[in-house]
Amino acid sequence: MESTDLAAVWLTLKLASVVTTLLLIVGTPIAWWLARTRSRLKGVVGAVVALPLVLPPTVLGFYLLVAMGPNGPVGQFTQWLGIGLLPFTFPGLVIASVFYSLPFVVQPIQNAFEAIGERPLEVAATLRASPWDAFWSVAVPLARPGFLSGAILGFAHTVGEFGIVLMIGGNIPGRTRVVSVQIYDHVEALEYTQAHWLAGGMVLFSFLVLLALYTFNPARRKAL
Amino acid sequence: MSLEIQARFRVDRSAFTLDVDLILPGRGVTALFGHSGSGKTTVLRAMAGLERAAAGYFALGSEVWQDESRGRFVPPHQRALGVVFQEASLFPHLSVRGNMEFGQKRTSTAARRFSLPEIAELLGIAHLLDRAPGQLSGGERQRVAIARALLAAPQILLMDEPLAALDLKRKLEILPYLERLHGELSIPIIYVSHAPDEVARLADHLVLLDQGKVVASGPLNAVLSRIDLPATFADDAGVVIEAAIAAHEADDLTRLEFTGGRILVSQRHEPVGTRLRCRIHARDVSLALAPPVQTSILNSVAATVAELAPTNTPGHVLVKLDAAGTPLLARITRRSAEKLAIRPGLALHTQIKAVALLA
Repeated sequence: MESTDLAAVWLTLKLASVVTTLLLIVGTPIAWWLARTRSRLKGVVGAVVALPLVLPPTVLGFYLLVAMGPNGPVGQFTQWLGIGLLPFTFPGLVIASVFYSLPFVVQPIQNAFEAIGERPLEVAATLRASPWDAFWSVAVPLARPGFLSGAILGFAHTVGEFGIVLMIGGNIPGRTRVVSVQIYDHVEALEYTQAHWLAGGMVLFSFLVLLALYTFNPARRKAL
Repeated sequence: MSLEIQARFRVDRSAFTLDVDLILPGRGVTALFGHSGSGKTTVLRAMAGLERAAAGYFALGSEVWQDESRGRFVPPHQRALGVVFQEASLFPHLSVRGNMEFGQKRTSTAARRFSLPEIAELLGIAHLLDRAPGQLSGGERQRVAIARALLAAPQILLMDEPLAALDLKRKLEILPYLERLHGELSIPIIYVSHAPDEVARLADHLVLLDQGKVVASGPLNAVLSRIDLPATFADDAGVVIEAAIAAHEADDLTRLEFTGGRILVSQRHEPVGTRLRCRIHARDVSLALAPPVQTSILNSVAATVAELAPTNTPGHVLVKLDAAGTPLLARITRRSAEKLAIRPGLALHTQIKAVALLA
């Protein structure tokens, strides 16, 4: 393996770890709200969260590129903050990936929260637990399988993305060139041996992830 | 501790209206009795603060937990109460001990009234502390749920049909523990039920609910012996008397005494002086103008007719009697009532065919 390959692998793992962490932080309140709300906005929010499931990554990437570009609202804001523009940077890649993988984290957690039902939280309340306390001491432990699924899926999905990376991150070695793009480059350059190494590694990785998901967490299979 | 419980709730939903105004004793067991849809569970949930009645007032002594006229509503986790639901609803991610400590840990040390070993002993679950909830039987789970509620130092215990999900065997296993709670705890218990047996056995105070309204509320026997009520207990009309064991007789019978008379029952093994509850069904009481002689029925109590009322059973009337302060009910045919000229004030003799001991 060349050093650019290793750099791509390292970058991919770093991206997936950062994105998964952010997704758990951002996705949990969204999942909680979606699982518990009786608001009419539930349908709208649920649909927006699920959009990346059906949209081609290029569409999402295109809009994010425009929004984060010099004339887009996000771009103007980041420029005003003095941090410049996000496209073709690692943070830009992270933000795009968070949007793209959001449903894969929100939905399993939401399903797990819904499966808990009202009763355990009512019991917790009658045992002096405030809503915040009950969330951490009852809801989160009971939804653990959902968190596990969400984290694994979010991580794996981020590792596997390609289209959105090209749109937002481009192909800058060491900064935005992840494994999937690296494979693309190898194939374009007819370097099939290197492409095999990386592609084979991705197949193995994906298989292991799904194996872990189905072995440790058989009940969640249907929820996907 | 003889504080008073005041509960007023109004709930308007499309298919259901609840409108209750209750003053309940601050001790003993108060049963909320009614058919499904009568609103008894809604009252309990409103008391717990799990449901917020738009117009509501709930106070335990001087502690006001809800007063909508002043916009006051204390959320459930800030109310010193315990709730036992129909399903034990133990936390599956915690052991039995973890479940029991859940509320205790969140209660200030000063407020705690019982220690975990004490409560575990009281409910017979000391040997189960390290088990997971999934390894328990239905009856054990419910006992753990009761223990868990008590360890959070409640000033009132709310129980929503705690036995309804259990089969008869489990019910019989758990009832003695409920009676012990009744005897050993000083906190009031609100007990929602649709089972007349449980009410007769446990309640001191009875509230009858029907379609969201209070039909009657009062001491158990005062309500049970009211013959003007639509037959809520239907065929089960009868009274509950509190009697004490007076003597164990040689021929395998035990003599009980109560205000108003004495009765013989099959031999009991409790010591003399033990108090027992017995239920006497109206259908098991017949009336005679003269002291009955030459009859196989042993139990006869002198009483005075208080009032008569029709029953749901065709051709029958319900007679309310007063046996020196203890109310009794008899269901007899209208023909007999006319033949014997039964009227209020008439002194006569009851014959009691069967006595159901409730413990």
